[in-house]
Amino acid sequence: MDLSSINPILLLASLMVAATPILLAAIGELVAERAGVLNLGVEGMMITGAVVGFIVAVNTGSPWLGFAGAAVGGAALSLVFGVLTQYLLSNQVATGLALTLFGLGLSALLGQGYIGVKAPSFPDLDVPLLSDIPVIGPIVFRHDPMVYLGLFIVLGVWLFLNRSRAGLILRAVGENHDAAHALGYSVRRTRMLAIAFGGACAGLGGAYLSLVRVPQWTEGMTAGAGWIALAIVVFASWRPGRLVLGAYLFGGVTVLQLNLQAAGVAIPVEYLSMTPYLATIAVLVIMSAGRSPGSLGKIFHAAR
Amino acid sequence: MTEPLLSLTGLTKAYPGVVANRDVSFDIAPGEIHALLGENGAGKSTLVKTIYGLVKPDSGTMTMNGAAFAPSDPAEARRAGVAMVFQHFSLFDALTVAENIVLGMDDPPSPRAIASEVARVSELYGLPLDPARIVGDLSAGERQRVEIVRCLLQDPKLLIMDEPTSVLTPQEVKILFTTLRKLSAEGTAILYISHKLGEIEALCEAATVLRLGEVVATCDPRRTGPREMAELMVGQVLQSPVRASRPEGPILLDLRKLSAPAPHRFGTPLRDVTLQVRAGEVLGIGGVAGNGQDELVAALSGEMPVDAEMIRLDGTPIGRAGVNARRDLGLLCGPEERLGHAAAPDMTLTENAALTATTRKGMARRGFMRWPQARAFAEEVIASFDVRTPGPGNTARSLSGGNLQKFVIGREILQEPRVLVVNQPTWGVDAAAAAAIRQALLSLADDGAAIVVISQDLDELMEVSDRFCALVEGRLSASRPARGLSVHDVGLMLGGAHDMEVAHVAE
Repeated sequence: MDLSSINPILLLASLMVAATPILLAAIGELVAERAGVLNLGVEGMMITGAVVGFIVAVNTGSPWLGFAGAAVGGAALSLVFGVLTQYLLSNQVATGLALTLFGLGLSALLGQGYIGVKAPSFPDLDVPLLSDIPVIGPIVFRHDPMVYLGLFIVLGVWLFLNRSRAGLILRAVGENHDAAHALGYSVRRTRMLAIAFGGACAGLGGAYLSLVRVPQWTEGMTAGAGWIALAIVVFASWRPGRLVLGAYLFGGVTVLQLNLQAAGVAIPVEYLSMTPYLATIAVLVIMSAGRSPGSLGKIFHAAR
Repeated sequence: MTEPLLSLTGLTKAYPGVVANRDVSFDIAPGEIHALLGENGAGKSTLVKTIYGLVKPDSGTMTMNGAAFAPSDPAEARRAGVAMVFQHFSLFDALTVAENIVLGMDDPPSPRAIASEVARVSELYGLPLDPARIVGDLSAGERQRVEIVRCLLQDPKLLIMDEPTSVLTPQEVKILFTTLRKLSAEGTAILYISHKLGEIEALCEAATVLRLGEVVATCDPRRTGPREMAELMVGQVLQSPVRASRPEGPILLDLRKLSAPAPHRFGTPLRDVTLQVRAGEVLGIGGVAGNGQDELVAALSGEMPVDAEMIRLDGTPIGRAGVNARRDLGLLCGPEERLGHAAAPDMTLTENAALTATTRKGMARRGFMRWPQARAFAEEVIASFDVRTPGPGNTARSLSGGNLQKFVIGREILQEPRVLVVNQPTWGVDAAAAAAIRQALLSLADDGAAIVVISQDLDELMEVSDRFCALVEGRLSASRPARGLSVHDVGLMLGGAHDMEVAHVAE
């Protein structure tokens, strides 16, 4: 065992990378849940985004187009969920679970010809000047653009929810859909848009795994990241700022246990691998979850 | 006669299986306070939703100031000058007062301007509000102020109010009426929907009475008395419940310093509730919703266990006993929410009967249900309480509110309770069914049961109670004999108007 082989700067730097896919998926789900939609299909949308993004990137040679394709793929899958739950009034929990299973199967089918293929490289963005700051530079300013895009999306969502009228309407729809309907706001349209945004973000998160983190396609490669994203939304009490904290905590424990494995700590690998999930469960239990949106997960009938 | 502000001609709206409005026509003049009367299901809600653009009529036309008026959504109705205060508040608990107000406006000013606008309108009409507070923390009266201010900020020509006083104390009602009269004097017409005919008599200049979707009468409430209006609504002569004089029995229900923390964030803690109810007595508990009624019922029914000594039934401490154990001992409860609390909506009446009556009526043996007994009991309830339903195999959801209420109250009464606690026994029930329920409660008391009636309808409490208490913020006042208690006394017991003294209506 050689703990001195763990470089704290590299550890913190890779924390941001490890947290990014979960952060992206979670911020999308947060918007959907603030609109009152509980979409348990995050895992399915992530892995669909992962495979679609990988296929597009490999065929076009452009990771950027890959990410765009992943967002479109995730959003398209989420709209299946949207039509089923908002127009055909199916149960959100059951439909979300089905979406996860469907996404896992669909991605395995689509990705059959791509196993073992290498993704086009996605260069890191060295922020000029800032990346030369000692310690902070390598930790914060030498990542690929998606890491920063993810943070910008979180900031954008915060501004949208708390500063814009459209964000207020979205929160109102999630809080009390009957009242929002009575005031003349379109509950369905608001929710469909929120669901699509959630799907696009989950797709981006999945593509980050297949294009940057791994970077190649393997079946079932999201390995539960979508479920962690769902848990982090609750952990964050549906607030974007705390979402970043939750994602980084999970990312941090993930990276730390990988480093401990590499350093040869005398704990069986299986126990180390479960630590990020145990940490998430522990945090969820300790934190009081805060108040969920009033209409979360409820079916909306316009007639009543 | 001036040109009408809003004129309805031949409005008809049918839903599958029921005609909600049939050929409804009437006019509202500018500045007129116009009452819309009718039983539940008479079509009042459909009619006002049509005016507010939430429902499209099948046929018929509306004109506003002489021009055709057919709003396709509430925003269009608001632009035409129609504003509405909803019966079940259309507010968002987790948002602030300012955010709630902004949501009801089509062209909202900036967040900072809202605060000063709210302050201006508040002062003008005597409706104090803090724009930064979270709506979930407000009292019912304050919530209604939010709704009214939201409407007033848009300078409406017609203000629709659906049952606005059901959650207010008498003092708050008085302030509301002052505001409405002031609005009317400024030329705003008001369409006022209420069950409370005394209020209509005091406030309104014209009334349209609906029955089964049709206009059956128009009258001037200042000349037509409340009783006559009630008979127009129901279409039959009403009977007042009769009360036999009852001897004082022994104390059956005894609450000693019953205290309990609030069960959830927007709940109310119970604080030292002390109370004795004797056999053969009806005790009325009044109070505005959200002052601990639900919590008191939960503590009495056993849904919320408390210290054993806090509740005694016939001398036995039962504070820790569960719901069925209490039923066994003869303490039965009828909660407020009939669909979802008193009855499971998608289960049949037989199953619903079995849900509370299994222990007292011997419907189970060795863990197996005896369905014939349950069915017979459900049929007995249906027959004794005139529940209109094809049979006990129908689901609770398929019954109208009044019929289901008769069923759930009847189900408890026919189990011959020693103590019966009911919360809002006639909430949203039409006058004929309400009279039947009250009569059944009084007959049960005549047979020697102790009865606690919790209600927000003060007229109802005065009609059935022997003694009256007020429940305010989880505290129960000392009881007073109900006979001879004036509305003013009751209002004072209810704590008057919440923080209304600070604002005076600008004259």
